[in-house]
Amino acid sequence: MRPVYLVSGGVSKFAKARPDVTFQPMVKEAYDYALKDLGLEFRQAAELVDGTVASYFSDHFMRQLKAGSMVQDYLGLTPKPSKRIEAGGATGGVAFQSGWEAVASGRFDICVVYGWETMSRVNTWKGNEFIALASDVSFDYPVGGFYSGYYAMMVVRHMKEFGTSVEQMALVSVKNHNNAFHNPYAQKRMNIRIEDVRASEMVAWPLTMLDICVMSDGAAVTILASEEGLNKLEKATGRRPKPAKVTGVGGGIDAMRMADRPHGEVILLPHEKPEDYKGLKYPGVHSFRAGRMASKTAYQMAGITNPLEELDFIELHDAYTSSEIQTYEDMGLCRYGEGGKFVEAGKPFMPNLDYGYRFPEQGKIPVNPSGGLIACGHPVGATGLMQAVFALWQLQGSIGKHFGSNQLQVKNARRGAIHSHAGTGTYVVVSILEKGF
Amino acid sequence: MEEQEKKRVKLPETDEGTVLFNVPFPKDLKDLKGMAPIIIRQPYHIDYIHSYGQDSPFFAGLANGKLLGTRCGPCKHTYGTPRLHCMYCGNECDWIELPKEGAVHTFTICHFGSEEFLKETPFVLILVEWPGVDTLFLSRLVGVDSLQPSLDWVGMKVRAQFKRLSKFKPTDVYFVPA
Ligand SMILES: [Zn+2]
Repeated sequence: MRPVYLVSGGVSKFAKARPDVTFQPMVKEAYDYALKDLGLEFRQAAELVDGTVASYFSDHFMRQLKAGSMVQDYLGLTPKPSKRIEAGGATGGVAFQSGWEAVASGRFDICVVYGWETMSRVNTWKGNEFIALASDVSFDYPVGGFYSGYYAMMVVRHMKEFGTSVEQMALVSVKNHNNAFHNPYAQKRMNIRIEDVRASEMVAWPLTMLDICVMSDGAAVTILASEEGLNKLEKATGRRPKPAKVTGVGGGIDAMRMADRPHGEVILLPHEKPEDYKGLKYPGVHSFRAGRMASKTAYQMAGITNPLEELDFIELHDAYTSSEIQTYEDMGLCRYGEGGKFVEAGKPFMPNLDYGYRFPEQGKIPVNPSGGLIACGHPVGATGLMQAVFALWQLQGSIGKHFGSNQLQVKNARRGAIHSHAGTGTYVVVSILEKGF
Repeated sequence: MEEQEKKRVKLPETDEGTVLFNVPFPKDLKDLKGMAPIIIRQPYHIDYIHSYGQDSPFFAGLANGKLLGTRCGPCKHTYGTPRLHCMYCGNECDWIELPKEGAVHTFTICHFGSEEFLKETPFVLILVEWPGVDTLFLSRLVGVDSLQPSLDWVGMKVRAQFKRLSKFKPTDVYFVPA
């Protein structure tokens, strides 16, 4: 394997609906941005790019099969090789790692990973139906298939097991919405409080509208390169890219049916001991074993032994406020069961922003400085790539340039993690990015 | 609160759209760049010929008032939602009848849902557990007040009831407080 760098990226502004364009120009918006930031012309890119990965989740949402090749030709990248990745909610994260594989293996020197989702072409409840088809259609879907309901059941068990409260969950929503206030790419930019979250409409008890991410139309693009790829880009543009180095990739999978998850022993991270979890049945439905597996393998590769101390920020898959709390634990930022207290202490908030609350340990490790899925939106195939782009900008120190404000720039960010998650924890991937210049 | 109530008063939105035979067209083609998108309705309907395959005995069981799971002979792993092959040793499992009475492992109340189930909201989803059974079973719970949910529902004893007119769906069984 050889080192792989994330050299540039772009994101279309996520929106509830983009009826003004079909998906191809939406991806081109993100692609053009990534090229421009690199100083590369469209024609130069068509020459230098060795191949691509297309990241999109559902064929149902657009009723268009083989959409990947339609994007490829719109970007002028035919007849270069490409493949499509689908991994539910984690599609973007898995596609990013697939691009990494293509470069690490030596197959490609420069690989474009482009992703999008167009979710507005059906109504919200039909969209929920399509998403719920990502559960067992013999045993789960017909009972009342609804992802918010599935996650609600998972967090009810978390509440029962560990005493996690709805107010702690609401704090995640407060954090992510308030962060997004400073992110022009975000779909929902609001200053809210715990009471607003609890007063918004109940969707699946105890999750309200403001505990849940929204559906979006949007696209994101990342460009990955080897050392040789960096040299080629420098030669073509006359300037050295400021990349992030991908130092760890990890993944995990769990049983599709929540009912099938085991009740066994915790998979330990290096800084944990078996005594930490006496009597805890794991993962049950309260935790994501695939998230722990993905973290463990990514940390191992990057040489991380205590993530809370060794990471500067995390962009993680907060489709639900509850799953952000559960993910703090999977990623080892705190012990299993302590996720609620972790957010209550203020640890995942930005250190510099005023959220209208006093926290004893505000800003220990900013989680979702961008506003995450809850505020930015979740156009599935684009989401994991959006995280990679925002992480690159953090590591470049270029948030101010791209967001028009430095409020969300994590100071001296040298190492960050991105985390992408699908279907009640069925697919989870974690990638570690480090400042690479 | 009053303001919120006010906001909710609105005519229902539907997706039928309308029949349109033509649109205005500019004299100068340059003006086309400013044109609003044309949005049309594309209906799509499919009837799948879905086979339950190896899981079919489970649905036959429901039609006959029996809730079936499976058990692995060699490792004794017992599945509350049937799997023909054991996840741990790969052996073919045997069918077993599960107790009618179990307990709520976790639950939620869906106030919204997928389009197919929207008309049934609010409904209660539960995962059922049984002592000695290693995995759970997803079902509906009826006979509780869906407007008064409580964490105390976790652990509640529940009993399986079966639909008389079987539809050969997992909803042929549902649970009520025991
Ligand atoms: Zn077995």
